[in-house]
Amino acid sequence: MSQYVLEVKDLKKYFPIRSGVFKRTIGHVRAVDGVSFDVKPGETLGIVGESGCGKSTTGRMIMRLTTPTDGKILIDGKDITHAKGAALRESRRHAQMVFQDPYASLNPKMSVGESIAEPLIVNKVLSRDDAFERAAQLLDTVGLRRTDITRFPHEFSGGQRQRIGIARALALNPKLIVADEAVSALDVSIQSQILNLLMDLKHEFNLAYLFISHNLAVVRHISDRVGVMYLGHMVENGPKSSLYADPLHPYTQALLSAAPEPRRVKRRERIILQGDVPSPANPPTGCPFHTRCPRAMDVCRSQMPKPVMVHPEHWVACHLHG
Amino acid sequence: MAEPLLAIRDLKTYFVSKHAEVRAVDGIDIDVQKGQIVCIVGESGCGKSMTSLSIMRLVPKPRGKIVNGEILFDGKDLLKLSDREMADMRGSEISMIFQEPMTALNPVLTIGTQISEILIRHRGMNKRQALDKAVEMLKFVGVPRANEIIHEFPHQLSGGLRQRVMIAMAMICEPKLLIADEPTTALDVTIQAQVLELMKKMRDETGTAIIMITHDLGVVADMADHVVVMYAGQVVESVDADTVFEQPKHPYTRALMDSIPSLEEDKDVLYSIPGTVPSAANFPKGCRFAERCPLAQPSCFEKAPELREVAPGHLVRCDLVS
Repeated sequence: MSQYVLEVKDLKKYFPIRSGVFKRTIGHVRAVDGVSFDVKPGETLGIVGESGCGKSTTGRMIMRLTTPTDGKILIDGKDITHAKGAALRESRRHAQMVFQDPYASLNPKMSVGESIAEPLIVNKVLSRDDAFERAAQLLDTVGLRRTDITRFPHEFSGGQRQRIGIARALALNPKLIVADEAVSALDVSIQSQILNLLMDLKHEFNLAYLFISHNLAVVRHISDRVGVMYLGHMVENGPKSSLYADPLHPYTQALLSAAPEPRRVKRRERIILQGDVPSPANPPTGCPFHTRCPRAMDVCRSQMPKPVMVHPEHWVACHLHG
Repeated sequence: MAEPLLAIRDLKTYFVSKHAEVRAVDGIDIDVQKGQIVCIVGESGCGKSMTSLSIMRLVPKPRGKIVNGEILFDGKDLLKLSDREMADMRGSEISMIFQEPMTALNPVLTIGTQISEILIRHRGMNKRQALDKAVEMLKFVGVPRANEIIHEFPHQLSGGLRQRVMIAMAMICEPKLLIADEPTTALDVTIQAQVLELMKKMRDETGTAIIMITHDLGVVADMADHVVVMYAGQVVESVDADTVFEQPKHPYTRALMDSIPSLEEDKDVLYSIPGTVPSAANFPKGCRFAERCPLAQPSCFEKAPELREVAPGHLVRCDLVS
């Protein structure tokens, strides 16, 4: 058994931009551009960032729903970066995914029982009958009724569908669950039900989560550690208490100050960033954030900052530190 | 208090089909003063969006119908105006901005054409004057390269810029009332902060009153002067923004506040409201929140509570609150 349930090393994903009659590649969108992190068993790593920062692509690469351009992914110590066939199926027994829109990720023509039992049958873990028995147990675990097994996804509300998605992800007893915006489409009262369920399951099954979200408060609530991504790079990564109390990267600071907090008391001064995120097809030289950074220096325009450990287990890639 | 700019009285908007009568908005009263920002908060299906469409008289036909009530705007009942008179109001006296600017903007017209046609329609300007005014307005809302952007199409702009264009269109005739339905929900936090800041600036400089529809209590804390909480087609609490955050009275409002994770404090377990919102086709006869309410008494299931003034200016629909 490995020390880490997930290790990601210098992971890259470039999508080619094709144009013309012969569809020649004229450039690349650098969706993920050299990201490294790891997740220990039973730990939750939250990944935050804005649209287009590469957080979802990172999650999809870990599930091998898209193939990395470069870098390495190790799940439970095994390199699955280029795994195929049986080896890939094996890796998915250890890592499962929960998606944002449970309606789009459940087959509308399959009963809930069939959807949950399918991974068990495909992986030849259990016989058909036993798989359905296990599916009923899982429905119970996620707070639905065992009798719901014969019903279809359209009969459920959004929150209930997300529970079904979670039950299916749990079917193979994975060590890691990649949750991509798993509560973002839900109303707050339902969102808190699902967050509580995820945290209960974590303790019950010693699960590790890679929890991808744009919502900083949700990530703070559920995570042990948090990684902040910007334009395909991870710019800061640290234990949640340290990262939220003392954000080091100017982008993390701006992100935290921009997130509206449901309280009326005045907080620290809001930093309002100018402009938009640059295009990942044509990223700026040097630090990816320098075009919007209120504290940019000359060195930021030419040199990419290296990660520096500032607090225990809390690093930042910024020229202001180091 | 002065005569309100907008006074909604016992508004009921129903969707009627052969099989069911869906009471989307079921008897609401809301006042908006000149220059005031009123936030309407609630979860999906509470009737908040239908309220805004009712004010604009844009309820989807033929199923949707305003069956009762008055909407007094500047003393005139909007529901009694002819279609022609109402069309003169929209965009001129009352404007609206939507969640998804891409679906609200016309994809085949340039930005300049779309903004200037409002001035040509409502202010009788010629094309040249209207375009000049459009550029001036775009600059005011902080759109860079305004002279070039008027010749561009919506798909060429980023989400944040599109929302600025929407605001420019909505504000160009200096309406007395702006209705914003989830204006920042589709935007990233750093862009959301920019847009919210802009809306406050517009209000301060033009005195436009804003009705802001949102599910995000963080946005409410940031923007609102007055807050209206809706549940299942009714107003359950209505009070100034400081009070709603410091002393929420309705059990639903309190439950909502306890359900959201915080950026600044650790909560071990989030409160979660059990169950789901009752169907608008089949409301219970007693209090509509009783089934999910932690404080519910047998009497709550029997008798529907009225909206009562429990303290000066503080309206609550709950018989248990004193």
